[in-house]
Amino acid sequence: MAAEFANPVMLYSIGKDSSVMLHLALKAFYPAKPPFPLLHVDTTWKFREMVQFRDETAKRLGLNLLVHINEDGVKRGINPFDSGSSLHTQVMKTESLKQALDKYGFDAAFGGARRDEEKSRAKERVFSFRSADHAWDPKNQRPELWRVYNTRINKGESIRVFPLSNWTELDIWQYIMAENIPIVPLYFAKKRPIVERDGTLIMVDDDRMKLQKGEEVQDRLVRFRTLGCYPLTGAIDSDADTLEGIVTEMFTARTSERQGRLIDSDEKSSMEKKKKEGYF
Amino acid sequence: MNAPTDLAAFLAEQEKKSLLRFLTCGSVDDGKSTLIGRLLYDTKLLFEDHLAALERDSKKFGTTGDDIDFALLVDGLEAEREQGITIDVAYRFFATDKRKFIVADTPGHEQYTRNMATGASNSELAVILIDARKGVLVQTRRHAYIASLLGIRHLVLAVNKIDLVGYSKDVFDGIVREFSVFAEKLGFASIVPIPISARFGDNVIASSPNMPWYTGPALLSHLETVDVETALADKPFRFPVQWVNRPNLDFRGFSGTIAGGRIRPGDAIAVAKSGRTSSVKRIVTMDGDRDEAVAGEAVTLVLADEVDISRGDVLCAPQARPDVSGQFAAHLLWMAEDELLPGRQYLLKLATTTAPVQVTALKHKIDVNTLDQHAAKTLQLNEVGYANFSTIQPLAFDPYRESRDMGGFILIDRFTNATVGAGMVDFGLRRATNVHWQALDVDKQARAQQKGQKPVVLWFTGLSGSGKSTIANLVEKALLAEGRHTYLLDGDNIRHGLNRDLGFTDADRVENIRRVGETAKLFVDAGLIVLTSFISPFRSERRMARDLVGEGEFVEVFVDTPIEICMQRDPKGLYEKAKAGQIKNFTGIDSPYEAPDLADLHIKTEDADAATHAAAIVEFLRERGYIG
Repeated sequence: MAAEFANPVMLYSIGKDSSVMLHLALKAFYPAKPPFPLLHVDTTWKFREMVQFRDETAKRLGLNLLVHINEDGVKRGINPFDSGSSLHTQVMKTESLKQALDKYGFDAAFGGARRDEEKSRAKERVFSFRSADHAWDPKNQRPELWRVYNTRINKGESIRVFPLSNWTELDIWQYIMAENIPIVPLYFAKKRPIVERDGTLIMVDDDRMKLQKGEEVQDRLVRFRTLGCYPLTGAIDSDADTLEGIVTEMFTARTSERQGRLIDSDEKSSMEKKKKEGYF
Repeated sequence: MNAPTDLAAFLAEQEKKSLLRFLTCGSVDDGKSTLIGRLLYDTKLLFEDHLAALERDSKKFGTTGDDIDFALLVDGLEAEREQGITIDVAYRFFATDKRKFIVADTPGHEQYTRNMATGASNSELAVILIDARKGVLVQTRRHAYIASLLGIRHLVLAVNKIDLVGYSKDVFDGIVREFSVFAEKLGFASIVPIPISARFGDNVIASSPNMPWYTGPALLSHLETVDVETALADKPFRFPVQWVNRPNLDFRGFSGTIAGGRIRPGDAIAVAKSGRTSSVKRIVTMDGDRDEAVAGEAVTLVLADEVDISRGDVLCAPQARPDVSGQFAAHLLWMAEDELLPGRQYLLKLATTTAPVQVTALKHKIDVNTLDQHAAKTLQLNEVGYANFSTIQPLAFDPYRESRDMGGFILIDRFTNATVGAGMVDFGLRRATNVHWQALDVDKQARAQQKGQKPVVLWFTGLSGSGKSTIANLVEKALLAEGRHTYLLDGDNIRHGLNRDLGFTDADRVENIRRVGETAKLFVDAGLIVLTSFISPFRSERRMARDLVGEGEFVEVFVDTPIEICMQRDPKGLYEKAKAGQIKNFTGIDSPYEAPDLADLHIKTEDADAATHAAAIVEFLRERGYIG
């Protein structure tokens, strides 16, 4: 992809999948550096530890990091508490991503999504064609044979590339362990300030989170299986504070990782819908 | 899969686990998705929240009464769940203590043959489902053929719904007998028939007590143990270069994934196309230099000598090189709504090479249901044919049966950029290596100099009656009057002679223009100013004609007249006949005209008379230095 596109970019979401994808890119292009920048679409509601990790990673590796915030959304005061998770995701992630891709004129973007995450993703190509307004058309995907990828696009159109399509969550953790890849400390169990809201364990990451009646903050030993906006990401009770512990825990897991992601269950087929609108 | 007690030992074991990629295929109600759902469910790889969602969906869309409808698990798209069918390939992942699996669940309908081929292209084994009540059907044969076409060597014949025929041994044996006779000619290395009930789990994970007469393995145990090794590492060394790695002036390496064989520092290599040789100095990875790398690994190679190599080149073992040819024969599966047009230029992508290509001869098409061969002029969506291909530049490849990476290619439409075909190289045609261009002492430049002009094709395109021939005639007269050397090709002198065997179907129109393009090219070689006057409705063919001649030797003249005016003029009465249905495939009536996006000259005939336009074209030739 780096060889065939004029202006590629890597979508860097700071999570474990992004860490693995970035590590693979470092290995693939070594001794050169990956010939593309990293782009983080910042909703302004990411965990503080994620932002810190992001900046340290870019600095440590000497990579060009672009951070894009949908300023219009900020002005409108969009936030996950009052606007609802659906509108927040639409404006601060999907719209914001489109703004950033248009602003820099990227014609190809790597993403760390995996087919085992969600059933509409199981249907998506490794090289996923997007129209000039970034939309995905699941009924009209290019056939994808062998490892031969069709990279031809017209001006304004783009391709999303998912190199981790065929990895599973367990593969990711085993690889992180085997290659000793740095990840955000939030994946490891630690006592954290937690509020239980509608059965989900929300971490109070800053004072923008207002407590509702009857809620109280408890210190609870938790970790995260997946990371997103902190008010929309549920923690799990866990004492796995090492990679070994996490991998062991994975084998006994009986729920899927995206269960902690509130945005997936907004409505039926919601991921498919978001992707048609341009979500990653 | 059980939770590990000793993690280190467990991880070591995980790394040794092999990966089996297989696909499931069968027709609509054979129970493919149910089978995959059952495999995931019984190997405990369904998560609780997925299961809860599944139970909800089963009540809403399910077709299995109060039971869980596993098909809803894999049919990920809304349209699929609503219609109860699989449209697109879905990939699912599961693992047992012995092996990891990637399953491609592919649709069974004939109109989704391309999706099945997509799933098959990356699979080593196919599970073909048969409904025990229905037996071997047309689609069973089709699925077996597509699997073999895409190079799958191992087959499982899963005779499903055996519970609905009373677990009958006779029914099972009859189906197996019938299928074996058919499959004999497809050359599978192994065919394992298993009677199953996906819905109730018989012989899926464990042997079923309901069929004591069946002594073979359950499906899962067969999948865990079947040997599908193709031993790519034992094949000759092949390394398609993906990227030239040049971080600074001191380092120049070639990055890519080894497609076949193995390589060590010191090994000799050759560049397939140029024939240049060198040896490997270093195998570079981020984890340090390697002593050896084998097929499937992504590495960066540093060579001992400065050799000109770029993306698309293939490094190979000097004693076992791939074919290098501009001509080859291949099977082709057509994947687009628009039919294949032999002679039209498409883009071919094979390994890391992209090159213009055309089908020069469509030998036959193959009825995927009976394997019969039929003569064909074109291929429609989901049809399979056997054809000769020709590229302008030679290409490095291996037969598909030797290497999927070096013998599998896709065809891309040059204008829509859609992936329109999937090809599997059968063998290289020797013509390219044996027929060398005769180097002539008198060349194009010499002929042009003698005539005091720069040769060029003036390609007039436009609707019938737009005024192409009128203007082209005036231009030729003016040039002749100046003492220029010209030739005008138009329908009259081409259609009645060289192309009198061609009609007006899309395929014939493409061939018509291809021959005109080739003729124009010869006349350009002779040093002439060539004027062509053809409707030439398709962009691709005009592009092809442009690509035949050198840079700056092609001027596209778009004679732009609105169709209403052409119809009024109707100099030959053709529009009248077309409207009356007496002429079929008439451009502008029932056949499309694709106007040029970027014509070199855009002539609007309404703005001025033909003589004015002709004078402007001559002036254009003078400005650009074609004539002095």
